[in-house]
Amino acid sequence: MPRTRTHRAPAVLATTGLLLAGCANPSTGSANDDPTKPVTLKFWHGWAEKNEVKAINDSIDRFEELHPNIKVKATGNVTDVTMNQALRAGGDKAPDVVSSFTTNNVGQYCSSGTWVDLDPFMKKTGLDKKKVFPKTLLDYTQFEGEQCALPLLAHAFGLYYNKDAFRKAGIERPPRTMSELKRTAVKLTQRKGDSYQQLGFMPNFRLYQNSPDRLFAQWGPRYFDEDGKARLADEPAAKDFFTAQRDLIKALGGYGALEKFRTTFGDEMSSQNAFLTGKLAMHMDGEWRGLMLNDAKADFEWGTAPMQVPDDEADTYGRGYLTGTVAGIAHSSKHQNAAWELVRFLTADTDQVVAFANAIHNVPSTKAALASPKLDADPTFRTFLGIAQHPDSVALPLPSTVGSTCSRSRTSPTTRSRGRSAISRRGCENSMTR
Amino acid sequence: MARTRKAVETVPSGGSDNAAALRRKHQRDRLRTLDFLSPWLIGFTVFFGYPLIATVYFSFMHYNQIEPATFVGWRNWKYVFEQMPLFGPALWNTLWLVVVMVALRVVFGIGIGLLITKLKTGVGFFRTAFYLPYLAPPVAATVAFVFLLNPGTGPVNEVLGAVGIEAPNWFNDPNWAKPSLVMLSLWGIGDLMVIFMAALLDVPKEQYEAAELDGAGSFAKFRYITWPSILPIVMFAVVTGTVQTMQYYTQALVAGKLASGVSVGPGTTIQPEYPDHSTLTVPQLVYSLGFQNFNTGAACVLSLVLFAIAMAVTTLLMRKRAGLLTAED
Repeated sequence: MPRTRTHRAPAVLATTGLLLAGCANPSTGSANDDPTKPVTLKFWHGWAEKNEVKAINDSIDRFEELHPNIKVKATGNVTDVTMNQALRAGGDKAPDVVSSFTTNNVGQYCSSGTWVDLDPFMKKTGLDKKKVFPKTLLDYTQFEGEQCALPLLAHAFGLYYNKDAFRKAGIERPPRTMSELKRTAVKLTQRKGDSYQQLGFMPNFRLYQNSPDRLFAQWGPRYFDEDGKARLADEPAAKDFFTAQRDLIKALGGYGALEKFRTTFGDEMSSQNAFLTGKLAMHMDGEWRGLMLNDAKADFEWGTAPMQVPDDEADTYGRGYLTGTVAGIAHSSKHQNAAWELVRFLTADTDQVVAFANAIHNVPSTKAALASPKLDADPTFRTFLGIAQHPDSVALPLPSTVGSTCSRSRTSPTTRSRGRSAISRRGCENSMTR
Repeated sequence: MARTRKAVETVPSGGSDNAAALRRKHQRDRLRTLDFLSPWLIGFTVFFGYPLIATVYFSFMHYNQIEPATFVGWRNWKYVFEQMPLFGPALWNTLWLVVVMVALRVVFGIGIGLLITKLKTGVGFFRTAFYLPYLAPPVAATVAFVFLLNPGTGPVNEVLGAVGIEAPNWFNDPNWAKPSLVMLSLWGIGDLMVIFMAALLDVPKEQYEAAELDGAGSFAKFRYITWPSILPIVMFAVVTGTVQTMQYYTQALVAGKLASGVSVGPGTTIQPEYPDHSTLTVPQLVYSLGFQNFNTGAACVLSLVLFAIAMAVTTLLMRKRAGLLTAED
């Protein structure tokens, strides 16, 4: 009997181990396919608005014309979480080509291997990434030297302002510094009882695109030190940023009143958007908002401008926060060469990038497209092209350790005003001019 | 077993046949019992035993659900207990909800049950009216509540304001977010109302009549007749309520997300904590860690913490000394 037990125990352990290990390795794909053979690719993306879906479908049509052997089955409105879970679950319904609206997860995609390294594909097809893409965009699509994504249009954030409200309040131009922002916002604010008729600017972070990193970019912060460790606690800009935000909140009536007013706003992407309905006279948003305001036929005149900068850095006016959509190939794809053809077309074909950028008013993500004369000449859109190319514009560094683009591009820690280093002044992972 | 075998060997040959037959019969009986038990055994093994073992196993592994798991010892446990800033608020919120929500739901369920059993007319109407909210899907019910209690545009605050009462910001106020969730759960009290009504109607009428003859008042009748009779049902409600509330997820997530006003679309990740961590529960952290950040090890640690607490509370309540079990139970 004891012998039986000793035989059973390893058997049970082995079975349990196999069962546990069985869940641990989802299927992996291969890059042995012939991209000239007929194939259907599954492409998951995040676009959901009608005009955006039409634009990406038009892009796919153009691709299929160029590659008649490749059919693309697109699925829109896919979140990063859904995609991440699908890539881990594997199976034949998982996507071949994937895209994400944010650069925040690129580190995870590259380090986990869920998105494959694109360098071998670029080498194979002779695409020189450094010649095609601006450095900032290449930086935020790679992790520790592994280029698992490529930029598929970019985003720049700036100020939208209601010109009618400005005229009514006797204000001639949009504010350029943080103190001007406070004065202008107060002047534009109209109270109604204990609430507001119109608010100059909503400084609370719980609103649409108002996340801290986007406004913080105006201070050009350094997120990581040379060793890749977080250094925000030691960053003087962090204190300045929170102080400016607190002062703005106080000047506009306090957090409670603002938060209560915020609950009267409609959905960001609806006709009840607070800027569109006139509840906000100024609003921070991405370059795509202009097209939406035009489509919604806003009943006031509006303009765009860069976001404000700290008073002691007035010479950096024109800078802004940069991010972008990224595209890559799923590790589980069995058609990775064909998938690369689609990724290459969407990200590196100049005419395609310009056409797509014009269609959805996003910032083009290749050097050639940025210089293209075919780009939309709308001045409200051009403001964002200027922000994207401003030398002090800042992208969020990848949440990596040594992957921080700050630490890589750092040269000498020469000090500048209030002890801030030259690198933070110039932005350690900045604009598309590089 | 060896002793039995020896005993069987010493029995004369005729007796040996009988013993063998008896042994075969016992074996058949055991197999039959196993056959009848097998659906439960399979279910228990597949849906409880294996997941529990896997959870313990992965709590000691680094596993991002794509690369092979690697052993990391107690690192996940240390991370959760020593370095994870949201663990404390999430655990506090979960325990707060278990204590307050479960207690109030039981009290409210008994109250509504008593009220309806005492009604002479309109019983059907009130029974339906109190039960219907329970049938509303949790997401829809939460969306409706957040809309009704919206501080800026909600009808509740407008009505309260009209009569001169300064209403709170409900789901937008860290001090009121959890009480608002409790209100939502009390609105959907239908499930408990039904079982308490059944328990109350099951109390023998003769006992009340005898008590009345002895001059017992309403409170004495409830204290000495109703309460002991419905105690097993109260225990059932408390135990299942505790286990359910330990897993509280949907309503807290939806309420926090809607009240925060942050658009959730491609490229954004829900941060389940608005306002000021007050609606963050442990199950939300488990999902966030396990299926948004793919930190499976830490998610497993949190799941085991939840399991241990639920197990401890249930064991405590199931003890006869807790007073919730009667002699018959």
